[in-house]
Amino acid sequence: MFADVVNVISKFAIPFILLTIPAYGFFKKVKVYEAFTDGAKEGFNTAVRIIPYLVAMLVGIGIFRASGAMEILVNLVSPITSLIGMPGEVLPMAIMRPLSGGGASGIMSEMISTHGPDSLIGRMVSVMQGSTETTFYVLAVYFGSVAIKKTRHALPAGLIADVVGLITAVLVVRLMFA
Amino acid sequence: MINVVWFLFIAIGVIVGAFTGNIEAVTDAAVSSARTAVDLSLGLIGVMALWLGIMKIAEESGLIKTIAKALRFIMVPLFPDVPEDHPAMGAMIMNMAANVLGLGNAATPLGLKAMQELQELNPHKDTASNAMCTFLAINTSSVTLIPASVIAIRAAADSTNPTEIIGPVIVATLASTIAAVIAVKLLQRLPVFQIKTENLEEATK
Repeated sequence: MFADVVNVISKFAIPFILLTIPAYGFFKKVKVYEAFTDGAKEGFNTAVRIIPYLVAMLVGIGIFRASGAMEILVNLVSPITSLIGMPGEVLPMAIMRPLSGGGASGIMSEMISTHGPDSLIGRMVSVMQGSTETTFYVLAVYFGSVAIKKTRHALPAGLIADVVGLITAVLVVRLMFA
Repeated sequence: MINVVWFLFIAIGVIVGAFTGNIEAVTDAAVSSARTAVDLSLGLIGVMALWLGIMKIAEESGLIKTIAKALRFIMVPLFPDVPEDHPAMGAMIMNMAANVLGLGNAATPLGLKAMQELQELNPHKDTASNAMCTFLAINTSSVTLIPASVIAIRAAADSTNPTEIIGPVIVATLASTIAAVIAVKLLQRLPVFQIKTENLEEATK
């Protein structure tokens, strides 16, 4: 029942928005087609403006991942994370999550197929994937789109939030399912 | 901070790669990541155009202002530097709503629209304003009600209850969002993160 509700919401949310906003505009006598195209023409410039920022960020993270440094980091951090009850298998996911959305999604799929979606590990990686964002990507894209180079406290604040989210994910899954 | 982190990614990557025999993989990763970045950016053009178009209709019809007014009790304390009837407020609300519903591909264009609006208010064009940092932190920790893509993956893997993670996700994202707001509001007071006067001069040039 609950699953059905969620399903319906995810299926209809976008069509619903695509209908209501133009409909509201239409009744408010907005020239909807003209307004749409007027807004849409910014799409190209915004996407192109992001390129240098995203290249810098993805190259840095790509080099870091390919070098094997992630494994070293996992070994360094695992004594701390095992204290809060994070299984060793889940730690690579936690470290990957803020760095790379695709990488984290890959680890999640692998963990789910190895341990099963309803295992403790499967649930933990699911909650981690669902509850945190790829902070470095968001930072590059959002600030890049308006050519902001000095990001001040955005990165530390985002990473603190990630750590809190990831730890909460571990604790809540342990509490609910273990 | 971002300069240090970025440099460390590259320096540690290259040095570790050399010692672990992964140096060729490092080279490949550098080249292929650069290409991926361009593909991702260009891939955004269509969906950006779509949502920016829809946003423009919402703006011209006054819908954005109405929504912003309804939610100003949350938005004004979070973004005290943004005038409460500024279009940035509406765009940020739309972005947050998309994140809450797990509509990832709508969230990014709406978020970028909000950044553009915030940039209008920003006196130092190359430096993030307090409002921008707050928005970004809330965004990366976003409260999520429906993690749609994760549920889909779990369902495909024959989970007996793919949606059982919704409760934990709500709790985890609530915790991270609260942490994000506290962190951003405390960090913005630190001397290291103040906008430096040399930036000021650059901005007025």
